[in-house]
Amino acid sequence: MTNSIPEFETDTNCFLIMGSNTSEGHPLIASRIMAAKEQRGAKIIVIDPRKTQIAHLADIYLPFRPGTDAAVLNGLMNVIISEGLEDKAFITERTEGYDEMKAAVAPYTPERVEEISTIPADKLRAVARLYAQSKPSAIVYAMGITQHTTGTDNVKSCANLAMLTGNMGVAGGGVNPLRGQNNVQGACDMGGLPNVYPGYQAVTVPEVQKKFQDAWGSTSGTKVGLTVTEMVNAVGDGKLRGLYVMGENPMMADPDLNHAYHCLEQAEFLVVQDIFPTETAQLAHVILPGAAFVEKDGTFTATDRRVQRVRKAVEPPGEARADWEILCQLAKRLGASGFDFASPKEIMAEIAKLTPSYAGISYERLEELGFLHWPCPSPDHPGTPYLHKGKFPRGLGHFHAIEFKEPAELTDEEYPYTLTTGRLMFHFHTGTMTRRSQKLDQEVQQAYVEIHPDDAAKIKLNGNKRVTVASRRGQIELDVRITKRIKPGIVFIPFHFAEAAANALTNAAIDPVAKIPEYKVCAVKIEAVQGVRA
Amino acid sequence: MDYKNTLTTCVYCGAGCQIYVETIDGQITGVWPAKTHIISEGKLCIKGWNVTEFVNSPDRLKTPLIRKEGQFVEASWDEALELIASKLGAIKNESGPDSIGWLASAKCTNEENYLMNKLARAVIGTNNIDHCARL
Ligand code: SF4
Repeated sequence: MTNSIPEFETDTNCFLIMGSNTSEGHPLIASRIMAAKEQRGAKIIVIDPRKTQIAHLADIYLPFRPGTDAAVLNGLMNVIISEGLEDKAFITERTEGYDEMKAAVAPYTPERVEEISTIPADKLRAVARLYAQSKPSAIVYAMGITQHTTGTDNVKSCANLAMLTGNMGVAGGGVNPLRGQNNVQGACDMGGLPNVYPGYQAVTVPEVQKKFQDAWGSTSGTKVGLTVTEMVNAVGDGKLRGLYVMGENPMMADPDLNHAYHCLEQAEFLVVQDIFPTETAQLAHVILPGAAFVEKDGTFTATDRRVQRVRKAVEPPGEARADWEILCQLAKRLGASGFDFASPKEIMAEIAKLTPSYAGISYERLEELGFLHWPCPSPDHPGTPYLHKGKFPRGLGHFHAIEFKEPAELTDEEYPYTLTTGRLMFHFHTGTMTRRSQKLDQEVQQAYVEIHPDDAAKIKLNGNKRVTVASRRGQIELDVRITKRIKPGIVFIPFHFAEAAANALTNAAIDPVAKIPEYKVCAVKIEAVQGVRA
Repeated sequence: MDYKNTLTTCVYCGAGCQIYVETIDGQITGVWPAKTHIISEGKLCIKGWNVTEFVNSPDRLKTPLIRKEGQFVEASWDEALELIASKLGAIKNESGPDSIGWLASAKCTNEENYLMNKLARAVIGTNNIDHCARL
């Protein structure tokens, strides 16, 4: 997030929420947004193929055809420019590439965008005006924006829109991706990415190589590594002989589950370090028992770059050990030095030395202040709740000229429905934790597919309650929920359930830059299973 | 009786609410939202209120396991870590550092992700490290 969560309540005048089921995915962020509406009359716009809970509370809700986000964003910018609502001073002083972007959005008239996205032209105009005239306006999005073959373009389009209206570098504005998992932000910050060391320092830069060579005594060179999707494939090809998985369940999270299973099953040597025997662990050669969050010390970084302490309350069960201890012990057995840490506090001290944005973060300060937003470049720096005040890191903000591209897989006669996936209030990601929590699991125990009443009639459901949903990659059987929350022609499946995993269907086509699979859109067919009555 | 409240951070979503985990004699007995915290302000969502429930699940892994002839067999830490170190060392020697991959975790701590990053990059010498959150 460029901005911090509390600003939603205190500063934001207009929320443009796209591809985030905020009330279910991030309940206490949604409650900030609701408070802004109730207390200050802030406006809420929701653009989503599915009428989520927050969509019910929105001032304007626009359903649209999944995968056409870039066209919609270009359309909003087209209206803002043609009506003269752009922030001219901001564009001149702080950005570059405006003319190219302007030329790129020119063909995206509201009428053309209506054809592409199904959003009525006058509604698109109304949204563009509201967003541009309510400053500060915040764009809020989640995986609905990024899980597309065009995910990187969608993110750039969001940044274009915010810069066009001068909503960058102000409290309550910005572009705000809500991270699904508690420490995605931290995993990225700490170099859990194939192209960067901690603090997004690129492996390709010679000075960065030298810095880590000096600090660590050895480095990994300038060749960018494989992404998770590429690693799974490389295991299948035998090119990757060893895979070490810590606290993740790539089997369930992979977009094409059958393919992932086939690949990981061939692994020559797979190590899984986790707290549960996950679907991935079943394929491992060695399983190591890690510790749950309440059994260890450390820090997590929330979606608004807020670094906070995690504290040990109880001992891990049996022989299980804290994951940081396991990694130190393994490193020593591999003959490495530089892993003699007595506690996570000492590890943080090393992180601060090597990571400019964490340089001012220490356990002492977190103890005293409770949290710090990075960038926090020095021990006397108060932290940075919102980014880009007065200046972007690269100097001028760059507008990108983005063209809309159709999703990789479209519906056809054989597969006439568009499947989109998402999360539920009561469950979490692949369900490894929530499905073992009795109270959460009893809320929603079974997988289901949401379909519109018109479609239910079309597939001749006739009061049966189960269907098969099939794509070009796989097939699952599950219960039906008939609802007007979803538009005709579109179906929704939550992705938390192993026995009817939506990811057996989804498309592994990936965004060429971010390498994020297209979870949100694929083509499926649906047939009623006869004889199981509602 | 040893009664304690430990201030920590919810492990479910990226909102980062803070909670007090209440324990009596080393057993978790409750969860309370931190009143003064900037996000939770005394509230939690249903996931947060139940965030420690999975911790005591009977499914928890409690010892290292090694697969032998298709079956998982309990092993000591010594045996498991030695096997991993020798196997990874051999693969690295035979096929180079880039024949090994690492998946870091959006559920583990910053410190743990940093260590895995250092292990993959400085000890093995590969940039094949990623996490599943892009999925
Ligand atoms: S309590 Fe709910 S909203 Fe807060 S961090 Fe946990 S899951 Fe997210």
